[in-house]
Amino acid sequence: MKAAPFDYARPKSLGEAASLLAAHEDARIIAGGQTLVPMMAMRLARPTLLIDIAHIDGLSGICEEGAQVVIGAMTRQASAEKSSLVHAKLPLLAAALPWVGHTPTRNRGTVGGSVANADPAAEIPLVLVTLDGEVRWQSEKGQGGCKANEFFAGPMSTELPASAILTEVRFPVWDGGNIGVGFHEASARRSDFAYVSAAAQVQLDGNGKCIRCALGIGGATPFPVKLDAACAALEGTMLDAKDIAAALVADVAGLDIMVDGHASPAYRRRVAAALAARALSDARDAATGVRA
Amino acid sequence: MKITLHVNAGERTVDVEPRTTLLDCLRDELRLTGAHSGCEHGVCGACTVLIDGEPARSCLMFAPQAEGYEITTVEAMSPAPGELGIIQDAFCAAHGMQCGYCTPGMILTAHALLKHNPSPTRAEIVEAISGNLCRCTGYGQIVEAIELAAQRLRGANTEAAR
Amino acid sequence: MNERPKFRFVSADRRVREDRRFVAGMGKYVGDIAEAGMLHVAIVHAPYTAAKIVSFDASRALAMPGVVAVVEGEELSTNVEPLMNGLDTPKVQRYPLAVKHVRYNGEWVAAVVAQTRAQAEDAAECVDVEYEPLPFVIDAEEAYRPSSPPVHAAHGSNVLLDRTFNWGEIDEDFAASDHQLSLRVTWGRSSTVPLETFGVVAMWDPWAEVMDVRASIQMPKYADQIARAMRLPGNAVRVHYDIDVGGSYGVKRGIKHTVLACYLSMKLKQPVRLIEDRLENMSSGDAHGPDRIFDIDAAFNRDGIVRSMKMRALDNAGAYAGRAPFQLGKPIGAIVGPYKINSVRYHAVSVTSNKAVQEAVRGFGQSPTNYAIETMMDRVAEHLGMDRVEIRRRNFIRADEFPYLIPSGTRYDSGDYHTVVDKVMKHVDWPAFVAERDRLRANGAYAGIGIAACLEPSGGNSSFEPLLNPANTTTTWMESCRINVDALGNITATIHTTSSGQGHETLASTVIGEVLEFDPDSIRIVRTDSLTSLPGNSPVGSRMAVMLGGSCYLAANKLKKKLKAIAAHQFDCAPEDVDYVQGVLRAKDGRTLKWAEMVNIAHRNFHLLPEDCEPGLEVTNVYQVPTGTDLPTADGRVQMYPCHSFEFHCILVTIDPDTGKVDIPRYVIGHDCGTVINPHIVKGMTLGGIAHGLGAALMEEFVYDGEGQMMAQSFMDYLLPSSHEVPQVEIVHHCTPSPFTVMGQKGSGESGYLGAPAAISGAVNDAVRSLGIRFNRLPMRMTAISDAIAEAKSKQSN
Repeated sequence: MKAAPFDYARPKSLGEAASLLAAHEDARIIAGGQTLVPMMAMRLARPTLLIDIAHIDGLSGICEEGAQVVIGAMTRQASAEKSSLVHAKLPLLAAALPWVGHTPTRNRGTVGGSVANADPAAEIPLVLVTLDGEVRWQSEKGQGGCKANEFFAGPMSTELPASAILTEVRFPVWDGGNIGVGFHEASARRSDFAYVSAAAQVQLDGNGKCIRCALGIGGATPFPVKLDAACAALEGTMLDAKDIAAALVADVAGLDIMVDGHASPAYRRRVAAALAARALSDARDAATGVRA
Repeated sequence: MKITLHVNAGERTVDVEPRTTLLDCLRDELRLTGAHSGCEHGVCGACTVLIDGEPARSCLMFAPQAEGYEITTVEAMSPAPGELGIIQDAFCAAHGMQCGYCTPGMILTAHALLKHNPSPTRAEIVEAISGNLCRCTGYGQIVEAIELAAQRLRGANTEAAR
Repeated sequence: MNERPKFRFVSADRRVREDRRFVAGMGKYVGDIAEAGMLHVAIVHAPYTAAKIVSFDASRALAMPGVVAVVEGEELSTNVEPLMNGLDTPKVQRYPLAVKHVRYNGEWVAAVVAQTRAQAEDAAECVDVEYEPLPFVIDAEEAYRPSSPPVHAAHGSNVLLDRTFNWGEIDEDFAASDHQLSLRVTWGRSSTVPLETFGVVAMWDPWAEVMDVRASIQMPKYADQIARAMRLPGNAVRVHYDIDVGGSYGVKRGIKHTVLACYLSMKLKQPVRLIEDRLENMSSGDAHGPDRIFDIDAAFNRDGIVRSMKMRALDNAGAYAGRAPFQLGKPIGAIVGPYKINSVRYHAVSVTSNKAVQEAVRGFGQSPTNYAIETMMDRVAEHLGMDRVEIRRRNFIRADEFPYLIPSGTRYDSGDYHTVVDKVMKHVDWPAFVAERDRLRANGAYAGIGIAACLEPSGGNSSFEPLLNPANTTTTWMESCRINVDALGNITATIHTTSSGQGHETLASTVIGEVLEFDPDSIRIVRTDSLTSLPGNSPVGSRMAVMLGGSCYLAANKLKKKLKAIAAHQFDCAPEDVDYVQGVLRAKDGRTLKWAEMVNIAHRNFHLLPEDCEPGLEVTNVYQVPTGTDLPTADGRVQMYPCHSFEFHCILVTIDPDTGKVDIPRYVIGHDCGTVINPHIVKGMTLGGIAHGLGAALMEEFVYDGEGQMMAQSFMDYLLPSSHEVPQVEIVHHCTPSPFTVMGQKGSGESGYLGAPAAISGAVNDAVRSLGIRFNRLPMRMTAISDAIAEAKSKQSN
């Protein structure tokens, strides 16, 4: 299991990286490499040039910009996991990050890499979609970006333009109090890729009524999806079990379930509904200060 | 290509193909054979080393990517040839291994855990080693070894204690 | 019977001496070997499930950088003998590389040798092979039908073994019983999957004419098999035993890898290293385990006594015979488990199919068999509405009935099953344990209790070989030890095998230290190579505590005897009148000779030695396995292994009603392996065995699709339990010494694994009983559990 031969470049600037990427047809960006390297070891990926962006200034870091938290693409998942800003402003991402691989892979794996790889079961893309985040990129032609729900195109496939480099990921921060989150996964081993995952973030008013709701499903579909209709239906309810069940029916029935050998389509659809309900009720309880 | 690695507090220059993983580089070029090859696709953790003090899979990194980081292998865990560090000794006391193949990865993972968290709960230990597969022990004695090491390190009260 | 003998070092809380090198990263594994000029091998794999090789062209590969040679099956098969066949099936020939035909997807077609492994892999992609696909068979029942396409056309069918044993008056017992029931359970194909793959470095020395082999091996007669295949004299193969093996649990038997590497080294006159990568290990390392369907008929009385059992075991061996058929044979030695079942019909069928080859897996077929027997006991209890523990108690062999002869010819050595169960019931507070399950159920959870009472036959012989292959008359199955006291009085002992984590150095030093009353830490243990070794059979069949322990014990006593003879000569008394206490020889009149004096006489004062006494203090012992000395009877009865450890699992599981995930909040095992030599080692084997059994029960399977593609080729798809999945285990100890071994010890290397799958299956089935569903197949994947629960619930609500 040795990778096919390739050349290695370590550009010092984003511009240099973008030029290299544009000039070589089979070039690939490597950030943390936690997904790409195994693919290369199995020769399922065979870039002829590997462009290592780990040493480019400005690609790492977490900061707040207006109503968003901006995470540089090269930011290690472990750094985001430990970030007090993430914990304070992005509780859903903070809840999801411990589910991303293992500590050793989070130490190397990056936030941007996870998004760019677009594994259907990956947690960071799920949170990004659920919160209506954005991605930004740069190519020789300049900067670009799009909404998360326009970015993911299928398993391991995105709308990132050819020869563009993902530079940052932007997560909206919810204003105000009484915000709670819930995150659940079904996987054979705790740290395996999820058959199904569910992420929920809700905000309640002083009476416990839901005034804002975000709910997303991962693993079940070719890329993570936000259940917009369910979210809309739940706003204005008390998020009790009946409300949740009723709101989920149509959206879950409409999911474009992925077919593979790991779980039956029926499993994915059923468990998507179950985990969504758990995530929502956890989020509700957290928002009201009840410990799940 | 020629690369220079900082390994176990020393500097080593090697000439490798870019496709050489850090694992293969450590083992074949530097003859540091404590990191083991178990799956070469990042699942088993037998190849764990510390990169800037934190555990990582050396099979999931090409050697040129490792330039500029401090790499620590199990060979640096012994205070001197023939002497065991506290964590190593605790693994011996609890028999936290059988065949020894996953052991270097477990020792380094325990080292990083106890550096951050001197009094881990059982659940925290289980979480910390969950990325390191062991096929022999069922993990029970490994958890006990780390509990014992934590207890002894707290008693030792010295930064140098491993 | 149940008094614990007094030992100083045996059974004491002492460290495992091997651990020091492992924690320092100083173990010496095959992958750590770097010989000057060493070449590396990559494999060309078959992309078809069954096909004829139409053409082979390596010219592109040979032109690539670093490539030294490409060898395919036709060349290899004219230069080496076929690999050893256990059964008398001469037309089922197996070579390290496919010859003319490929018989499973991934089978090795050619070996590419290059300066580096990466170069060899590059070139392997450029070997051009043309195939013509052929019909294939994947399913065992289909393969058993005469109409199925034979995997080996020359053999004529897919049947390797089809034998029915009748032990006792089966039909009479069935007729006389109050009740009967039938069941089918299936054990999916899994294996031990060590973290280290198999590897070998072969180095032909053309000047000495010796083949040096260093390998991660755990296999009896390895050197002999290499020599036979390579057409070399036995004394031209030197297997080095000082290689640490990174886990095995039975499967590290890479004879095909070894013969290939040896051939390449001899051809190229350079050291050759062949280490499987993980993908090769999973798809084509020929190290899969049993793949078995059990059909059982049980006959029992209304009081729960099981009188008779008919069992058919149909095993899918894969493309070549390997060890698979014998893994149907070994369980004959404990075919009734711990129960007094009066008669048994056992129909053992092994068929070839277009799957990868099996190898010996921990327990050698016993764990699947235990799963089948224990499922039967649960069904009988359910049928009668009886408690599952009570039904086992009623059927157990009683402590006063040992040695106990079972219908298939094995005499169980000892046991006290009722007491072990009592201890476990007390430990868990059985009424409270049941109440906890019921409390969980009342809260809406699927909760279940699992029970398994199993035997671990140990002390491994190979009685199954003559039983299943009359051409094989092997009854000898020895292990050896040599002890030397040097001229400075220090003790060194040799052992004659590699180890894969069992702690044999600790075992040997502990036993020798015990007998000679020396601190075991002062005794050096060294490993020989196959040319300097005494006969042995490697650590298989849970045998080393019994066999290496026994040999060390006898060798040390032989040394003691020699010391007494020498001392008696000085004291001018009879050797029987000399006492040995902590290295000091003492006459009845109080005269003593200290250790140093004894060493001096033995090494330097020939004039003081008795007549016929060899100088020096060196002894050897070659120890034959206790009890296993007879060939099978005509009606197929034979004494299988000498010792029988007992384990009683009592566990509580919960199932997530939505995801189907099984959690094990409580896992208790009562364990009795007689005298424990090192408690740390036995504990580790038990905990590790349970983790391994959990994998087989819930997660691990080499799944094949209908086209013969193996779907679990990586660690992403074949799931080994991690620390999250393995429960904290409570062990309840008991010690019933074996009367057949030197210190009362029995084996423990398979413990835990032999009962965990049965217990987990029982618990999951208990949890879903209210839904009217059953899981009859392992592994029980969470997704399948969830799907079945959902289907049952939807039926219930309709």
